[in-house]
Amino acid sequence: MTSRAVEDLLRELAPQVLGVLVRRHGQFYACEDAVQEALLAAAVQWPEQGLPNHPRSWLVIVATRRLTDEWRREHARRAREVAVAVRQPAYATVAPPPDEEPPSGDDTLKLLFLCCHPALPVSAQIALTLRAVGGLSTAEIARAYLVPEATMSQRIRRAKQRIEAAGARFTLPSPADRDERLGAVLRVLYLVFNEGYAASSGEALHRAELTAEAIRLARELRRLLPDDGEVAGLLALMLLTDAHRAARTGPDGELVPLAEQDRGRWDRDAVAQGVALVTEALTWSSPGPYQVQAAIAAVHAEAPSAETTDWPQIVALYRVLAHIAPNPMVTLNQAVAVAMVDGPRAGLALLEPLDADGRTAGHHRLAAVRAHLLDLAGDRSDARAAYLAAARATTSLPERRYLQARAARLA
Amino acid sequence: MLLIWNRPGFVEELSEAERNAIFGEVDEIMKELTESGELVGGEALAHPSQARTVRPAASGGTEITDGPFVESKEQFAGYLTVDCETPERAAEIAARWPDVRHGFGVLEVRAVMEQAGTEM
Repeated sequence: MTSRAVEDLLRELAPQVLGVLVRRHGQFYACEDAVQEALLAAAVQWPEQGLPNHPRSWLVIVATRRLTDEWRREHARRAREVAVAVRQPAYATVAPPPDEEPPSGDDTLKLLFLCCHPALPVSAQIALTLRAVGGLSTAEIARAYLVPEATMSQRIRRAKQRIEAAGARFTLPSPADRDERLGAVLRVLYLVFNEGYAASSGEALHRAELTAEAIRLARELRRLLPDDGEVAGLLALMLLTDAHRAARTGPDGELVPLAEQDRGRWDRDAVAQGVALVTEALTWSSPGPYQVQAAIAAVHAEAPSAETTDWPQIVALYRVLAHIAPNPMVTLNQAVAVAMVDGPRAGLALLEPLDADGRTAGHHRLAAVRAHLLDLAGDRSDARAAYLAAARATTSLPERRYLQARAARLA
Repeated sequence: MLLIWNRPGFVEELSEAERNAIFGEVDEIMKELTESGELVGGEALAHPSQARTVRPAASGGTEITDGPFVESKEQFAGYLTVDCETPERAAEIAARWPDVRHGFGVLEVRAVMEQAGTEM
């Protein structure tokens, strides 16, 4: 078996194994460490020695052994005189018979809710989700987020401490909390996706793998919660966005805007899957923000070119989105769509209140959209000034390059 | 990134107790940032008298002179890179740095450019 195939299998098994341990022994902190060690052992041994007959049980047994070893060390530290208590290895009594329990999807769900606990800052929720549910190593997560491994390891350690301190339980949230907690889980998966998607082609591949990981986890979540329209919507949105991957950067890694992308290079399979998912979800679910954004992406995906896009339909969808999830960033995108239907001046008028909104005033996105609309309106000098203002405000190198190039065209 | 600008040599004017107190403050902040997982890196720079400045020469080519680039009371003394949730949090860390608290210098908070970019 190739190490790549082993890795895929380990990622799939990681949350199941952790779920079994936490359910049996509690102590999320210690169990999570033990599972990481077991995954590491498997990643080394399996490609060389072949898969064990029951990979999941193998991991459960090895992780349990690590856990009990840790307990014994702890115990020995506390009471060296009770040597007799450690003579019999504890795992001999707690190790399960192979494949005693079927994999439980509930465990993965509980883990997701635990990792996205409201007591944690979002950056910690992300790191913990990738490690505990995604089965990524600390080193892999650190590389993907461009921070030193020691920093990431502290972040994860701290997150686990906070979860314990908050008295979080390995259970499904109560119906009253469920929507909010699921919202946090969806947001974490979406942020992981975006982190990977925003990485330009010249970058280390580790970041692009975040996109694949987010899609994999969203698929898993969809399997566990098939009746949730927003879960379907998020997965559809990811698939439809990721379908642009090959077309969104030029040969030198420069950003290519949606309107100028070679649509022949879009991933038609991903588009078809995404469109089918969101279309189906919208027939039975009341539309939430992810579904509406996926629907907008679907309308773009079905148009052969930017000009033939059904812009009135997109404007209508943005109106729905602005109603259910009002946000100035939505208004920005809405302004672009309105400009395509009613002309650039109508779009510009929509931007005006955003100058007074603390969330968007001075934001490079506002300046960039304004520049684009002024450009469409033929106001070259104001458009150029707005492109330059946007270039100064962004902290992204590819964006700055794109915006400066736009400004230069108008000089 | 937190850029530390201070008056060169100010440490020499302090008593040993004052110096130890300041280093203690720095250690404490560094420990806290390490534990919170926000610390990414940082370096302190040698005294500006050790600096060399390389600039284009009027006659073409380059010219190398001893000393720092700008003549000013405060000189660039080092930096700290942190990865935090908000710019406000970065400013909060800067406000706790001893140079600011004791009036030896200023900290400039600058965002670091990323390689990533979103579709426009």
